[in-house]
Formats: sequence, C-alpha cells, structure tokens
Amino acid sequence: MYSEITANKRKTWVLIAIFTVVVLVIGYAFGEYAGGGYGGLVAAAVISTVMALTSYFAGDKIALSSAGATPIQQSDNPYVYRLVENLAITAGLPMPKVYLINDPQINAFATGRDPKHASIAVTTGAIEKLENEELEGVIAHELSHVGNYDIRLMTVVIVLVGLVSLLSNWFIRVRWYGGGRGGRDRNERGNAGAILAVIGLVLLIVAPLIGKLIQLAVSRKREFLADASGSLLTRYPEGLARALEKIGAVNQQPMRSANAATAHLYIASPFGAAGKRMANLFSTHPPLEERIKALRGMAER
Amino acid sequence: MSTVVYVLLGIVAVVVLWLIFVYNGLIRLKNRVQEAWSDIEVQLKRRYDLIPNLIETVKGYATHERELFEKVTAARTAAMTSGTLAEKAKAENALSQTLKSLFAVSENYPQLRASENFAKLQDELSDTENKIQAARRFYNGMVRDFNTKIQVFPNNMIASSLGFKSQEFFDAEPEADQPVKVKF
Repeated sequence: MYSEITANKRKTWVLIAIFTVVVLVIGYAFGEYAGGGYGGLVAAAVISTVMALTSYFAGDKIALSSAGATPIQQSDNPYVYRLVENLAITAGLPMPKVYLINDPQINAFATGRDPKHASIAVTTGAIEKLENEELEGVIAHELSHVGNYDIRLMTVVIVLVGLVSLLSNWFIRVRWYGGGRGGRDRNERGNAGAILAVIGLVLLIVAPLIGKLIQLAVSRKREFLADASGSLLTRYPEGLARALEKIGAVNQQPMRSANAATAHLYIASPFGAAGKRMANLFSTHPPLEERIKALRGMAER
Repeated sequence: MSTVVYVLLGIVAVVVLWLIFVYNGLIRLKNRVQEAWSDIEVQLKRRYDLIPNLIETVKGYATHERELFEKVTAARTAAMTSGTLAEKAKAENALSQTLKSLFAVSENYPQLRASENFAKLQDELSDTENKIQAARRFYNGMVRDFNTKIQVFPNNMIASSLGFKSQEFFDAEPEADQPVKVKF
C-alpha cells in the first residue's frame, strides 16, 4: 500500500516531465513548419508550464465541473455524508469534499491532488438505486483511490491528455491550410529541418495515441486494486460486487456528462452499455464480470 | 591487517545503517498508531459531550428514572477517567450498555419519543457510535501493522532494546463474541 503511494507520486512527475518534453517538441516542429523559428518553442514552454501547474492544482476542479458535480454539506444529505465520513475514519483519511452529480446512471469518482485536497462525487442514481452496503462498497472503492494517490495521477492525466490532443488537432489544421508555403520553407532550410519536421509530424500523430494508452494503463489495473483495498475497508466484498452487478444492469444509457478525457476517473465506464461495444483493449475499465468474479473470490477466501 | 579492519568497518557501517532504517520505520508506525488513537479519542469525547444533553432531555419526560440517570452519569465519569487501554475499553462498553437501557426505557414514554430534540440526540449518538467503531477499526489495523513489524525476524532481536513494545488492541465488545443464550 505505501509503496503504491510512492510509485504513484513518482509516476505523476514522470508523466508531467514526458508530456512537457512532448509539448516542447511539438512546439518546435510547429515553429519549423509555420516558419516562426523559436516562437513555437517559447510558446510551447509557456503552454507546458501552465499545463503542468493547472493539471496539478486545478485538475480536480476541471474534472468536477465537467461532470456537472455540485458540492453538498452534511445537512443536504446526511445519509451519504455520514457514510463517507465513517469510511474516511476507517481508512484514516481526512474527510473529503462530497459532490453530487445529477444523473440516473450509477457511478462515482474521486479526484484531487492528495488526501487533504480530495473530492468524491456520486451520482444521484447511485444513491437512489444502491442499498446501504452497496453504496458503502462504491465509496470505499473511491476512498482507496484517494488513499493511495491514484487520484493525483489520474487527475493530472485528464489535463495532459486533453491538452495534447487539443494541440495536435490544432497543429494538423494549421499545417493543412498553410501546407504550400510550409513546403517551400522546408526546402530552403535543408535536410536537418526536414528530418525534424518529419519527427514532429510522427510525434503529432502518435501523441494522442500515447496519451490514450497511458490513460488505459493508468486506469485498468488500478480498478482491481481499489476494489481489493476498498473491500478491506468495508470487510464486505459482496457489497461492491452487488453494486457492480447493478451498474451492469442499470447503466444502459451513457451519462449526460460522459467525456473521453475523464472516463478513466469513474468506478465504471460512464459510456454505459455503449462502452461494451468498444474493443476490450481500448476500454478504460476492465469488464465488470471480471471485477465481480475477483470480488467474489475474495469473499470465499 | 588493514583489509580486516576495512571489512570490520564495513560490517559495522551496514549494521548501523540497518539499525537506523529499522528504527525510523518503527517510529513512523508508532506515530501512526498514536494518531489513530487520537482519532478514537475525538469520537469518544463527542459521545461524552452528547450524554449530559441526552439526560437533560429525557429528564423532562421520564421523571421516575433517576436511578438510571445516575447510572449513566457514573458510567460516563468512569469512562472519562479510566487509565489503561483495557480499562477504557471496558468502561466504554459499560457506558454503551447503560445507554442502551436508557433508550429501552424511553420506549415507555411516547411523548419523549415524539420529541424532536430526543430524536436528534438519538440519531447523533448512534452516528457517534458508528464513528467510534470506524476509528477503532483503523486503530486496530495500525496496531496490527506495528506489532507485526516488531515481531518479525530480525526486527524482533532489536525492537525491545530500542524501547519498542507491542501495542494493545482496543477491543470490540466482548458480548459480541458470545453466542446469545435463549431461555424458555
């Protein structure tokens, strides 16, 4: 558990470093193509700094607002609030902020940069459709994401992946329209420029894909881990197993705020049954059946 | 000659480093246990603070239960002043029992049950009890981690000479373990 935390903190920094380099290279390639020289590089440096700071300090707010989550106090919904409170005490974590998402789908996510700045968001559907011990299982799952710093890594990923895909889209468009002039410039500057331009282009095509793959790698194993440590909190893996079964049955429609950049945050894919049609490899979540099986296996032991 | 000295120095250095490593690890775990204990105390204190209010409210309706009130107050004082962990656990269990009988008695007073204030206090008290359970589970988990760390080999050879002792668990109610006796 504690080595998990160090690994997550390390991975967050590595991720920020890699993405900074990627953005810098893209900026450089952009400058080469558009003929702006070092302007592109400078712009990229500014963008990557802002991006890194934003992802670290405001990633949670971005995630919460894109999900349409509203904060609640104890008086608004004492049942949910106390459930979170009690599980936070059991986990030895400070009380996270609690948010509600107005959506009939059963889903929940946690975000923030560390346990002291953590938020847990639950859909109204989850509160209405899940029994006490099922909701407990779901919240314990989210709290274990909080406890082992998954939230920091996953929140940073949102902003980074989002920004890289935005930048490369942008770039491809500029290249498209300015294509003719860019070609002439490249010839004048010779081979070195051409090679760099090619590298840049390849990177541009690959970057969103890399981002996507990181998002997947970050998310899938984590869900199993959080299922397991969440069950340690409630001592009742069956609760979460039943909640996941209900999720499989109820979540046919995608969530209103379903969004590719934040999908990996949720306990179950916010795209609902539509998500199942995606190839297993590119899904941000392991199949529900596998998770339920793993949980039931725990209960038997 | 000098190689032997270097080898010996090397061994000493490794042992010292290992000692520092183990010592720091144990200190960290011990602090976690203490922190977990203060979490329990926060919740216990909340319960102590609620009880006088509860008694005042019940008194207004159930005037004939003075003996019971005294018992609850005495159990509360005993729990607050108890010294060791085992005593504390016992006193807290006794307090829970007297509170249970207080709520059982209150069933006989419909007006009391209808009182909004009473319902709120009852709700707060049961919430606090859940939180005590939660904090207790966290504490016991931390104690288990700490005890395991000082009992495993080779840490067990040095833990006691470094001044680390096994910590006590804050036990669940003993009645919970016993089967219910049914009499006809």
